[in-house]
Amino acid sequence: MASIDTGGGDSGHKKGPGVKKAKKLSTRVDMTPMVDLGFLLITFFVFTATMSSPKAMDLRMPKDVDDPKKQNEAKESGALTIMLGKADKVYYYEGKLDESASNFKPATWPTIRDVIIKKKKEVIGRHVHDLGSPESPCKSMQERAKKNDDPDWEKACLDRDFVVIIKPTQDATYKNTVDILDEMTINQVKTYAMVKIFPQEYELILKTEEKSGIK
Amino acid sequence: MPSVKLPRKSTDTDMTPFVDIAFLILSFFIMATKFKPPEPVEIKTPGSVSSQELPENDAILVTIDTANRVFFTVLAEKDKSISGDIIKKVGTIRTLTFAPDQVQNYMRTYAVGVPFAQLNSLLSLEPEKQTSSIQPGIPVLDTLDNQLVTWIQASKEVFRERQKPLKYLIKGDGSSKYPTFEAVVAALKKNDEFKYNLVTSLEGAPSGSALDVANRKGIKSK
Repeated sequence: MASIDTGGGDSGHKKGPGVKKAKKLSTRVDMTPMVDLGFLLITFFVFTATMSSPKAMDLRMPKDVDDPKKQNEAKESGALTIMLGKADKVYYYEGKLDESASNFKPATWPTIRDVIIKKKKEVIGRHVHDLGSPESPCKSMQERAKKNDDPDWEKACLDRDFVVIIKPTQDATYKNTVDILDEMTINQVKTYAMVKIFPQEYELILKTEEKSGIK
Repeated sequence: MPSVKLPRKSTDTDMTPFVDIAFLILSFFIMATKFKPPEPVEIKTPGSVSSQELPENDAILVTIDTANRVFFTVLAEKDKSISGDIIKKVGTIRTLTFAPDQVQNYMRTYAVGVPFAQLNSLLSLEPEKQTSSIQPGIPVLDTLDNQLVTWIQASKEVFRERQKPLKYLIKGDGSSKYPTFEAVVAALKKNDEFKYNLVTSLEGAPSGSALDVANRKGIKSK
């Protein structure tokens, strides 16, 4: 047992005739039941504990504007359109979708990141500084980066023409949608938009899916 | 030869340090445990690199489950009367009347997911009997009658009257389809709300990515 009474019994040496020895009571307590209970409670709390608390991801949506004059336009050279299809498939094209849809390409989840990185590099490589004019948008971007203690604040506006347009189809899952928004954070894409897919693009995806046998 | 007397050692071990540690662990778990509120449906949220803490009070939670059903929850643990006001407001907007015990039942439920036509009969039930199996979800896909709009409108008005900030949380199951999510966002947009929080579980930033590099440099993200 956990602790045995080791207090002197009656077998101690005699003090002498007539001297009665008071019985010594041990101060030690048997801890076993307490330990048992303690571990029972530990087990209970271990099982019920929710360790990974859920996190929140910000999502800002623009106001719907019907007037095409007020809508933002993306530069063709810096635009990358990513479409989310069925069965975790991703499709993309750079710039504008051409007539024969030759720049429409399929991709998968790990590879879409490389596509984004490649396009971002390409746009950065083409960037021309226009710091001459006082109201240059580059300046304000640099100022903002400076405020955020970015050591690379001078490079802050290099990717300002880079726009990712996300078009989830009706077959895309919510997970894909969150994943692609997450890719934007992972690759630090500053400008991206989530818009409705065009019918001809959706048709193109359906055709590709049919060809590759995705149901 | 004198016989060597081996001292008899007790087999008894001192349990005290053991008990100390056990109770230390126990107290840690007691403090770290947060009991999950009873959820109507099991939701497996997708992962993201965002590490922001989730607001737990003064928020509206819209849940989308695997079957694309939409549930509406008011997160107002501190002041339960808020949810009572919201259901009354919903009643005025949709010209529904709720008996006092129905309002009480609503204040005690975690989530509702029924069309307005079934709301009265659902709220007549005790919260324990309002299982998810009898709830078809709030209809959102019909663009002309997106009923979530009313729920959000009512909550927005109640929170405005109380001059409290209101946050919107969307908790979707990873396998739910995009159109439902789009419809939920559309309902929020109709109420002129453009900033939401998506509930996700934490994932590490992939090493070597732009975010990873920025994190190491200690750049605050926007």
